[in-house]
Amino acid sequence: MTMIGLEIHCQLTNLNSKLFCSCKANYRGLEINENICPICMGLPGSLPRLNQEAVKKATIIAMALNCSTPEKIAFFRKNYFYPDSPKNFQITQLNIYGDTSVGGTGSVMVGDKKINITRIQLEEDPGRLIYEGSSSKNQITLVDYNRAGTPLVEIVTEPDFETPKEVRDFLNILSDILANLGVADPSLEGAMRADANVSIKGGKKVEIKNIGSFHDLEKAVHFEITRQESLHSREIEIIQETRHWDDKRKITVSSRSKEEELDYRYFLEGDIPWVTIDPEIKTKLNSEMPESISSKKERYVSKYNITAQVADVLSSDKYYSDLFEESHTESNAKEVANIITTDLMGLVDTREKREASKFTSTHLKELADSIQSGRISRNSSKNALHEILKTGKNLATVIEELDLGNVSDESELSGIISQVISEESQAVEQAKSNPQTINYLVGKVMQKTKGKADPSLTLDLLKKQIGI
Amino acid sequence: MNLKISALDYVQEVKTGNISAEDFVAKTLERIKNVDDALHAFLSVNEDAITQAREIDKKVKSGKKVGDCFGMPISIKDNICIKDSKTTCASKMLENFVAPYDATVITKLKQQDAIFIGKVNMDEFAMGLTTEFSAFGPSKNPWNTDYVPGGSSGGSAVSVSAFECIASLGSDTGGSVRNPASFCSTVGYKPTYGLISRFGLISYANSIEQIGPLTRTVKDSAFMLNMISGIDPNDNTTIDNKNEDYLSGIDSGIEGKKIGIIKEMMGDGIDPAVLTATKDAISKLESLGAICEEISLDMVKYSVAAYYTITATEAGSNLARYDNLRYGYDFSLEGYEFNSYISKARRNFGPEVTRRIILGGFVPSAGHAGKYFLKALKVKSKLTKEINEAFKKFDLLLSPTVPILPFKLGEKIDDPISLFLVDINTVTANLTGKPAISIPFANSNGLPIGIQLMANSYQDKHLLQAAHALEQTVSLPEVSL
Repeated sequence: MTMIGLEIHCQLTNLNSKLFCSCKANYRGLEINENICPICMGLPGSLPRLNQEAVKKATIIAMALNCSTPEKIAFFRKNYFYPDSPKNFQITQLNIYGDTSVGGTGSVMVGDKKINITRIQLEEDPGRLIYEGSSSKNQITLVDYNRAGTPLVEIVTEPDFETPKEVRDFLNILSDILANLGVADPSLEGAMRADANVSIKGGKKVEIKNIGSFHDLEKAVHFEITRQESLHSREIEIIQETRHWDDKRKITVSSRSKEEELDYRYFLEGDIPWVTIDPEIKTKLNSEMPESISSKKERYVSKYNITAQVADVLSSDKYYSDLFEESHTESNAKEVANIITTDLMGLVDTREKREASKFTSTHLKELADSIQSGRISRNSSKNALHEILKTGKNLATVIEELDLGNVSDESELSGIISQVISEESQAVEQAKSNPQTINYLVGKVMQKTKGKADPSLTLDLLKKQIGI
Repeated sequence: MNLKISALDYVQEVKTGNISAEDFVAKTLERIKNVDDALHAFLSVNEDAITQAREIDKKVKSGKKVGDCFGMPISIKDNICIKDSKTTCASKMLENFVAPYDATVITKLKQQDAIFIGKVNMDEFAMGLTTEFSAFGPSKNPWNTDYVPGGSSGGSAVSVSAFECIASLGSDTGGSVRNPASFCSTVGYKPTYGLISRFGLISYANSIEQIGPLTRTVKDSAFMLNMISGIDPNDNTTIDNKNEDYLSGIDSGIEGKKIGIIKEMMGDGIDPAVLTATKDAISKLESLGAICEEISLDMVKYSVAAYYTITATEAGSNLARYDNLRYGYDFSLEGYEFNSYISKARRNFGPEVTRRIILGGFVPSAGHAGKYFLKALKVKSKLTKEINEAFKKFDLLLSPTVPILPFKLGEKIDDPISLFLVDINTVTANLTGKPAISIPFANSNGLPIGIQLMANSYQDKHLLQAAHALEQTVSLPEVSL
């Protein structure tokens, strides 16, 4: 049997500041070593100053993943030398002397399968190493400390996964949950990383580190299973070790065996007193917690009669569900959902496109309302949407500038219809005998108006003029 | 001009215009120039002190609001950061480290118009109790320059007792304020853990150490505490003392107070002169109306072992950052692989620091932690329980500060184990977080003896009252240098 467990690291990117100082939690786009201070650089005499908001956010994650939450949490030092670590120890959490990390055991449902969470801990991210130089001989290592001290939540799962596909599905769900909680933006580069441990047929556990993306993680796990199966079939012993994912060659490479494992000499971080998270705080956090994805989905189906499939898409992506929540009314909900899932999704499927788009919930509301009132046709609304994404102009301006408004002026439309009737005498006769075929005539009117004719008005006028 | 006046007297004199800050500071600098070649208390002297004093005199004359220190010259142990000045920890590792910020205690004293006359000597990274482990040479005891001044805040104690400043800030991890205070005949006070911010104090064993004042009188220590204590957002371990005034009611006396005499701190190896002085202190306290009674604290005999295990573990971690990558000394890293670079770069630590780092790598390591580090934590928690029990019965606990008299330079430096035992009476206050103070009490053949009082957590005010009462019972000689 294949057993796969995960250690997921997620930065709390939505926080204003780092875990122990007031430098920015989201360092992206800043000059190298611009986002640093004496505290996150571990200068002599500096002390960590715990970001209480980070503790709250981490606790919210623990609660959302159904984890137990202790009354008091503590921080520990993990001691090891590495150039990306300014203090040469990392402040993290540990449960070996009792449950003192922000989250204890919990679980997440992936389809019908329950994935158990071992623990959740709050810790600091190290800096980043940058390698320069063409060959190993003249290679130099530079360190960017902008990331050092960024609040990181580590989620450790039980080895409950059996296939790389389950791993991928879980990560997608987890990523959606974290985004929905408003604690992090997992789509930011490097915001969410995962290590995996893999064992087959009850054999030794191999840990894979250094995996850049979820896509690669799936590949790395797949590779590792194949590698271990191959060893097993040749009756070669699988040793307990840590392997690194080689991104270029797409294979895992041994980096250290169990014997070489570091001794981290964990002990309590005396500079940060124990933090009490009493029942009142938990109740308050619980009440402030955003509605869960599953509850949203259920509500969309039951309240607005939206199909389960559409509701699923809407609820699991925070960007779409926020748009939906902000723009829908009792009457236009279905239309709003429709626009999001059929038209908008293809246009804003990446983080870059979302950032570049000028589209707001106000636009969405106007679009849905205008379609419902017949001011604009479904067809034309697509063109309007494109324009709005690009320019951010309001719908009225776009309709006017691109001449997208429905022809709903009766006399104008009557004129066009008369023209169609005179041109399509055969079809008119057919419609008289078989009213079903009148749609052909409606289509002709649409052609002439470039799709702008109000469909229901057109039908009414056509019937009237033909006399059916 | 009398350089020997107390801090409170200095303030009064400048306030009333009897003396000027400039004159006093100039005389102090002159004194340093005259005696410090022999004593080596200072690692660096503030070149701007006179200019700063002149500014304060201007404020006094023009009737502007002046801070409580009125330009009082204070020396600062060289492990406390002062912005834009060197903070070396008496180590080659930080020989040229210029702190980019002020420690919280420095910020607070600046607001009170203190003048930092210079940075003073210490054992490297505060590890030691003779100041002989300074990378820049030992300080000498002003009572007899053949003798050690104690440590690790040796420079602080020397500078105060030899009138090179009025008061000093040291740090106390296992007695580092009280021990040199006792050896040099000054007051040395370690407050309750958390009462003074450690922000800007370069950590050695952060879970038990505190900054503390060394002063001529107990009242001066209370005066200093008023200015530097209190909650600090930059140090999460600080406590809110509600701006307590430690000077008010300092004359309250100790009538009716119950004092426990710790048996284990007056046992084997105690110098007869120290024993006599301690007995004398007890009878003086009794004559003031205190009730003294012996108490046995079982865990004290394990306290030094626990202390060294815990401090080595924390030191190993706290000093790991000195890898010379981001700051440090001139050392080219070209051609080194990371691990060999690290071990090479860290060879600039002195012998005692190296010893404790090695110990700190061992005692908490996998397979050994249970036997050493975790056991030491157990001793710490049992000792705390025992002390808390004792304070249900007693208001104060008494012992000599150090069981022996000051010894000669070089006498014990090659015998670290015998040095460790000098800590026996002081480490308990650190391991349990309790406030403790050393009061100059006697002089044996020209060598000072101090008495230690300890109180329960947050009872600093009562501790200072008792210390003041004891201080009033003796009249001691001054350094003749």
